[in-house]
Amino acid sequence: MSKQFTRFGEAVSRRKVIGGLGTVGAAALAGCGGGGGNGSSGGSSVSSIAGSGSSFVAPLMSKWATEYNKQNGLKVNYASIGSGGGVSNLLKKTKVFAGSDAPLQKNQYQTVQSDGGAVHVPESLGAIAPVFNVDGVSSLKVTGPVLADIFLGNVTSWDDPKLTDLNPDANLPSADITVVHRSDASGTTYGFTGYLSQVSDGWKNGPGQTESPDWPTGVGGKGNEGVAAKMKQQSNAIGYVELTYAKTQNIDIFSLKNEAGNFVDASPEGVSAAAAGAASSLPKGTADWSDVSISNAPGEKTWPISTFTYVIMYQDFGQAYKNVSEAKMKATLEFVKWAITDGQQYAPPLHYPQLPDPAVKLNEQTLNNMTYNGNVVLQG
Amino acid sequence: MSGTTESTTTRTDLTATGRTGLGDSAFRILTLLAGLVVLGILVVVAGELLVESVPNIAHEGVSFLWKTQWSTRLNRYGALPFVTGTVMTSALALLLAGPVSLGIAVLLTQYLRGVLREVFVFLVELVAGIPSVIYGLWGLLFFSSIVTNYVTPAIRATPLTALPFFGPVGASSNMLLASLVLALMISPIISSFSRESLVRVPQDQRDAGVALGLTRWEVITGVVIPYARAGIVSAVILGLGRAIGETMAVTMLIGNTQQVTVNYFDPAATMSSLLANSFNQTSNPLANAALFEVGLVLFLVAFVVNSVARAIISSISHEGSR
Repeated sequence: MSKQFTRFGEAVSRRKVIGGLGTVGAAALAGCGGGGGNGSSGGSSVSSIAGSGSSFVAPLMSKWATEYNKQNGLKVNYASIGSGGGVSNLLKKTKVFAGSDAPLQKNQYQTVQSDGGAVHVPESLGAIAPVFNVDGVSSLKVTGPVLADIFLGNVTSWDDPKLTDLNPDANLPSADITVVHRSDASGTTYGFTGYLSQVSDGWKNGPGQTESPDWPTGVGGKGNEGVAAKMKQQSNAIGYVELTYAKTQNIDIFSLKNEAGNFVDASPEGVSAAAAGAASSLPKGTADWSDVSISNAPGEKTWPISTFTYVIMYQDFGQAYKNVSEAKMKATLEFVKWAITDGQQYAPPLHYPQLPDPAVKLNEQTLNNMTYNGNVVLQG
Repeated sequence: MSGTTESTTTRTDLTATGRTGLGDSAFRILTLLAGLVVLGILVVVAGELLVESVPNIAHEGVSFLWKTQWSTRLNRYGALPFVTGTVMTSALALLLAGPVSLGIAVLLTQYLRGVLREVFVFLVELVAGIPSVIYGLWGLLFFSSIVTNYVTPAIRATPLTALPFFGPVGASSNMLLASLVLALMISPIISSFSRESLVRVPQDQRDAGVALGLTRWEVITGVVIPYARAGIVSAVILGLGRAIGETMAVTMLIGNTQQVTVNYFDPAATMSSLLANSFNQTSNPLANAALFEVGLVLFLVAFVVNSVARAIISSISHEGSR
C-alpha cells in the first residue's frame, strides 16, 4: 500500500508542474487510497454526509459545513434535533455521526460494542449559565449548593437568608422564586444536573444527572429558546440556558462560585480554562466516556458549569453499517479532523471557546486509529 | 345504498361500450383505492400505536390511566396529569369559544350585509388559517403579560376564587394562558363552520317566523339556530378536536409541569405537549412505549369525541334540520 502511495504521490507532483491537472491526480489518489472493494471511483463519488443531534452546537456545525463545502466540495447535512435524538439516530444507524452534549451512557456504550464500538470526539465546548429575572436587580452571586437548593424547591423565596447573605447589597424582593427548566430531554440539562449532582448530595441522591430529570418544582420551556423566552416573561424567575442564549437575549447571569472559591462570570475563556485542566486526563477515544466531566473543574478563572460537546461515531463503519462505503467513512473522518483543527478558527466569533491542544491531539489519535473492516482509514 | 346499485348498473352498461367502460371502472378503482388509503392510514396508525405501547401496557396495566407519576428515573409511567391537563384546557377553551363563536356566526349571517359582511367573513377565515406556532409565540411574548397583569388580577378579585379552578397563582405559564389562546385559536373555526350551516337555513323558514309576528331575536333563537343545530354541533366538535390535539402553542404556553391540578393558575401539561417534548428524545424502551401509549389514549379520545359528535348530529338531524 505505502509503495503505491509514494508512486501516486510522485505522479501528483510531476503533474502539478504541468498545471491544474494536479487536482485530478489527487482525486485519483484519494480513490486508490480507499482500497477495499470500492475501486477508484470511491473517493470522488462521496458528495455528502449526514449527521444529527445537539442543537447547542448547530450554529457552529452549520458554519463548518459551509466553509468545508467551499474548500472541499463535500456537503455536510446536520439536522439540529437535540442530543438525545442524535444519539438515537446513530443507534438506529440512520446517520454517520451524532452531535451530542452528553457522552454515550453506560448502557448505550454497551449496546454499540456489538457493532465494533464507538468513538467520542469532543469537537467543541459549552458554558451553561444560571440566569435570573428580578426587577431592578442586574447582578447577583450564587453558589452551587444554593442553586441546587433552589432547583430542589428547598429555597423558595428571593429573600431567603441563603441568597441575601451572598448578596447583602442587592434589593431582593420578598417574592416566590419561579424555577424555569427545560421541558424536552436536553444535553444542556444533562450538563446542568451534572454540576448540581457534584455540588449537592440532595440533588445527586434525588433527581440526579440526566437529560430529563423528574423536576421537583418549576415550569418547563422547550429548547434553550423556550427557556429564554419564559425567563423574559416570568418575573422573579431563575433558570439555566447555554451562554450564547443568555448573552444574545440580554438575560442576567449569576456570578457563580467556582471550585477555587472565586465568584466568576460566565465566559468562553472560563470554559477553556475548565477544559485545559481536564484535557490531559481524558480517556481514549474508544473508551467509555460516560464519567467524563469538566464540570466544577479546578482553576482560578474556571467557569464551573462547562461541558464538552461531542461528535460520536461508530469506530468501524464497515462493521456497523450495511451500506456505507469506506470512501464515505474517509470523507466523514476528514471533515471531523478538519473541524477540530482548522475549523476551530470559526468558533470564537460564534461565542464558542477553542478546543484546548491536548484535546485536539487526543482527537487526532482517535480518528487516525479508526478502521473500516479492520483497515485503518486515515493515513497519518 | 342507492348509490351502489346505481353505479353497478352503470358499470354493466358501459362495459358493453368498450373504452368508456374501461375508463370508468379504472376511475372507480382509483377512487376506491383513495378511500382505502384513508382506512389504511387509520389502521396502520392505530396498529403501530398499539404495538409500540405493548411493553408499557404489560408493565403498568390499566392503572396507567390514573397513575399520577411520570418518572423516567423510577421507570414508572402514569398518564393522569396529562389527561387532566388536556381535559381542563380543552373544556375551558370550548366553554369560552363556543358562545362567542356562535355570536360571530349569527352576526355574520343575520345582521351584517353587503361589503361589511364580506370583509368580516374574509377576516374570520384568515384568522382560522394562522399557524399555531404564531399563536404560541404571540401568546408567549405578548399575551402572557396581559393575562398575568390584567386578566389574572381581575379573576382573583371575583368570587370565582372560591372555586378550586381559580386558586393561588403558580406561574405565568399556566393552564389559563393555554386555554385562552386555545379559545382564540378555535373560535374562528367554530364560527366559520357555524356560519356555513346558518347560511343554509331557507329564507322561507325565516319568513314564516316573521309572518307569525316573531321578533328578530325570536326568529334567530327559535327558528334559525334550531334549524342549523346539527351543523353548529359539528362545528363545535371540530373546534374541540383542534383544542385536544393542539400541540405547538400549548407546549409553548402551558408550563410543561406534570401535576394533577384543577387550578387554572397552575402550570400543567397535556398529552400533546408531553409527546412534543419527549418524543425521539429517549433511548429508554419503556419510556418510549409509555409515550406511544399516551399517543394511543389521545387517538382513542379523538375517536370517541368524533363518534359522540356523529351520534349527536344524526339524532338531531332526524328531528328535521335537513
